[in-house]
Amino acid sequence: MTPTPEWYLTLAALLFVIGLAGVLTRRNALIMFMSIELMLNAVNLTFVAGGSLVGNLQGQVSVFFVLVVAAAEVVVGLAIVMAVFRRRATADVDELSGMRG
Amino acid sequence: MEAFVFLVAAAGAVAGAVTLILAKNPVYAALGMLGTLFSLAVLYVTQLAHFVAAVQVVVYAGAIMTLFLFVIMLIGVDAVEDTSERLPSQRVAAVVVIVGAVLFGGYLWLSNTFTWSLARAEVDPLVGSIEATGLILFREWLLPFEVTSLLLIIAAIGAVALALFRPARRHVGDPGSGDSGGER
Repeated sequence: MTPTPEWYLTLAALLFVIGLAGVLTRRNALIMFMSIELMLNAVNLTFVAGGSLVGNLQGQVSVFFVLVVAAAEVVVGLAIVMAVFRRRATADVDELSGMRG
Repeated sequence: MEAFVFLVAAAGAVAGAVTLILAKNPVYAALGMLGTLFSLAVLYVTQLAHFVAAVQVVVYAGAIMTLFLFVIMLIGVDAVEDTSERLPSQRVAAVVVIVGAVLFGGYLWLSNTFTWSLARAEVDPLVGSIEATGLILFREWLLPFEVTSLLLIIAAIGAVALALFRPARRHVGDPGSGDSGGER
């Protein structure tokens, strides 16, 4: 029995839901960031599996663009986390209620 | 054999992801994320996406997770996370949304109204070597590729700008002294 692309798509959906649960339930900004990275990785797996499903390499090329966006997001996001930490000495997103959010 | 590799890597990926969202210690969460990233690299290899797998290990597991670990160590790993909810309805809404999404997906699966099997191409699955992906990247995706360089420069400048301008020290009435080194 050889794994079909459907197996990979199912796994990607599962990882995406786990990442979504992490974003929704955790309060640590770093773990929320890593959960977002997990969701982006699930999408990457979907791209690769979809690419092999239709039989070309466009899906794999799309992964590189997702990767670049993820890298840029991590750089700016972690800089924001550090800036907030220097001002508030916390990484808890619930503490950031200065705007009554 | 291929199914065995898939099942082992998939189990590793899911275990790492569950570790990520359940770990109290952010370092353990980062290690779970690392396991997920390596498992995904294995899955890319089984799909003949060799270059993507290499980039996954080098960029994600190497660079991005190292950056995460740096920040975790800087911020401190012993911060206790307050799990009490300030918006009590939020957690209920999250559970409802997740259960609803799972049920909706199961409904789509069972009712066969949505089929994943698009037209299965007749060509052989291509091997994602550096040459093949490079040809597509630099012939068909050249402009987006160049735009991503702009994006990376903007991100780098933004990160430097966020790190450069320090907030004023909180010691009111004694702004000049202290070991902060002042404004930079």
